[in-house]
Amino acid sequence: MLEIMEGSHAVAESVGLCRPQVIAAYPITPQTHIVEALAEMVANCTIDAEYITVESEFSALSACLGASAAGSRVYSATTSQGLALMFEVCFNCAGMRLPVVMTIVNRALGAPLSIWNDHQDSVSLRDSGWMQLYAEDNQEATDLHYIAYRVSEDHRVLLPSFVCFDGFILSHTYEPVDMITQEQADSYVPAFKPYHRLDADDPISFGLFASPDYYMEFRYAIDQAMNQARSVLPEAGRVFSEMFGRDYSGLVEEYRLEDADCAIVAMGSICGTVKDAVDEMRNDGKKVGLLKLRAFRPFPVKEVQKALSGVSTVAVLDKNISLGSKGAVALEIRDALYGSQIPVHDYIIALGGRDVRRKDIAAVVASAEAGKGDIFYGLREEVLK
Amino acid sequence: MALGLGCTARPGKSRDNRTGSWRVFRPEFIDEKCTKCGMCSIICPEGCIGVNEEGLPVPDYDYCKGCGLCAEECPAEAIEMKKEEK
Amino acid sequence: MRELRIHGRGGQGSVTAAELIAVAAFEGGMFAQAFPAFGVERRGAPVQAFVRFDNQKIRLRSQIYEPDYIIVQDSTLIRDVNVFQGLKEGGIAIINTEKALTYPFPKGVKVITIDATSIALKTLGMPITNTTLMGAFAAASGEIKLEALEDAVRRRFKGELAEKNIAAAKEAYRFVKEAS
Repeated sequence: MLEIMEGSHAVAESVGLCRPQVIAAYPITPQTHIVEALAEMVANCTIDAEYITVESEFSALSACLGASAAGSRVYSATTSQGLALMFEVCFNCAGMRLPVVMTIVNRALGAPLSIWNDHQDSVSLRDSGWMQLYAEDNQEATDLHYIAYRVSEDHRVLLPSFVCFDGFILSHTYEPVDMITQEQADSYVPAFKPYHRLDADDPISFGLFASPDYYMEFRYAIDQAMNQARSVLPEAGRVFSEMFGRDYSGLVEEYRLEDADCAIVAMGSICGTVKDAVDEMRNDGKKVGLLKLRAFRPFPVKEVQKALSGVSTVAVLDKNISLGSKGAVALEIRDALYGSQIPVHDYIIALGGRDVRRKDIAAVVASAEAGKGDIFYGLREEVLK
Repeated sequence: MALGLGCTARPGKSRDNRTGSWRVFRPEFIDEKCTKCGMCSIICPEGCIGVNEEGLPVPDYDYCKGCGLCAEECPAEAIEMKKEEK
Repeated sequence: MRELRIHGRGGQGSVTAAELIAVAAFEGGMFAQAFPAFGVERRGAPVQAFVRFDNQKIRLRSQIYEPDYIIVQDSTLIRDVNVFQGLKEGGIAIINTEKALTYPFPKGVKVITIDATSIALKTLGMPITNTTLMGAFAAASGEIKLEALEDAVRRRFKGELAEKNIAAAKEAYRFVKEAS
């Protein structure tokens, strides 16, 4: 049933429906409303979970790691500096193949200190072995949590997941969301069956030492699991759409791309604004479309190649910057299109919460068509003087 | 796969590795002096000193590194470190 | 799509007003989206909150630059902030003030002034004007029904506090209806 609620509360509710057994998180803006709501649900016995209060994000994810190794379905949420503090544990979760699901309420990284949105936090963890899914709206943000648990815990995959949704822009926005019922959630996300777990009666050690003779093979195995996820994610998305009617069967989503000359590539909430801008430009006779990346890890190389095969120009909107290089999304798109002769123009945009309007999207498209790219879009020259 | 998924392993792997394959000194236990206090068994960092039915220490030289802690701690001076014969 | 921009000061309940207006609009069968101009919320600092209304799903995520409606929670804001910026011709401005305003209002804009502070003080005992101005907005814009507004207020506040807020909204609603 469609209800209107704040994005954070919608996410908290969907996480509750996934029946996490252990939740450990440290409050940080703009993630706070999610964990407050979950703490309340635990206190009111609405969900049967252990809520572990911790003294830092490092401890939060460490608690999740241990609880997951012990065979529990676990949950955490964080953002920005909090995620940075989890860096080491993120790699350990993936290496130990623990299917932790964590919401990243995307926020810029300091310095300078910013509480506002961009994708630098999660994108900076792109090499950690976590799957990364990005939501366009609060409906998708809630639904991706069910999918994340199902795919992470699938024994063909066994990798942790970030469900990324834009801080404030989505987390603090009231809008209609269709929540599935507990019964439906139970049938879509079955009880967690750990591949192996810590058990005093049948002991096992996780995350052991690997000599140079073994380390590469372990890393290869994680990469293979990511490859598995390339097919398990769409499969889980198809089942979801069969059960609930909302289609997440693609690692990417194409919007008015069939006959497009110029394709915009983006992730997250900016895609909504881009869709409106595309409609306006189409009304003006411009053949523009959007390729939305739902998954950034695993990166959907084949889907990108297929979707962009007919376009003559690509404009990538990067809400991150790999300093000293380019935006992380543009690098991936260029790699996917290597040898195709399709020009890929990169636009670093909306860092630290800079607002993006439809006219900005139109300006980006005009720049791309003029062959002018690889720039920070919308810099305030007067500030730089 | 041969590798435990998630770099996991069952316990007891080190038993397969004879960790006492090399040492300069080996502890020799003088039963006549032994008071059966069991300190050597407790102190051994490798856990390779057992105790027999009579209460006397029984070293497992497959795992003894020859560190000498048992001899150092023995209150009855009933353990002597002797040069390992080559 | 119609858009509302609320200008207030930290602590006056602008964000809550935006949320409750969106809830009331949604309950009235429309798609609605409410969000704050995300800032560091210091009490007394100028803040903004936004609401969009549409008959179809709302995808746009940018802030609101060309609103159909503005609500100004505190007329002293007009000195500090260009609250009328981008207000569409034919748009409606609802301003909380106790005296007649002499500002040069933009052309083609309908300005409604209401002494929401006095209404809030009388009914709530507190100078928090958000629910009062929501009543005025319902009357002036027709975007939300008074009954839906009452339901939205009851969902947020409990018992006597809800009823007092509803009384304030109703009084403002009547005032605007009678004045127009």
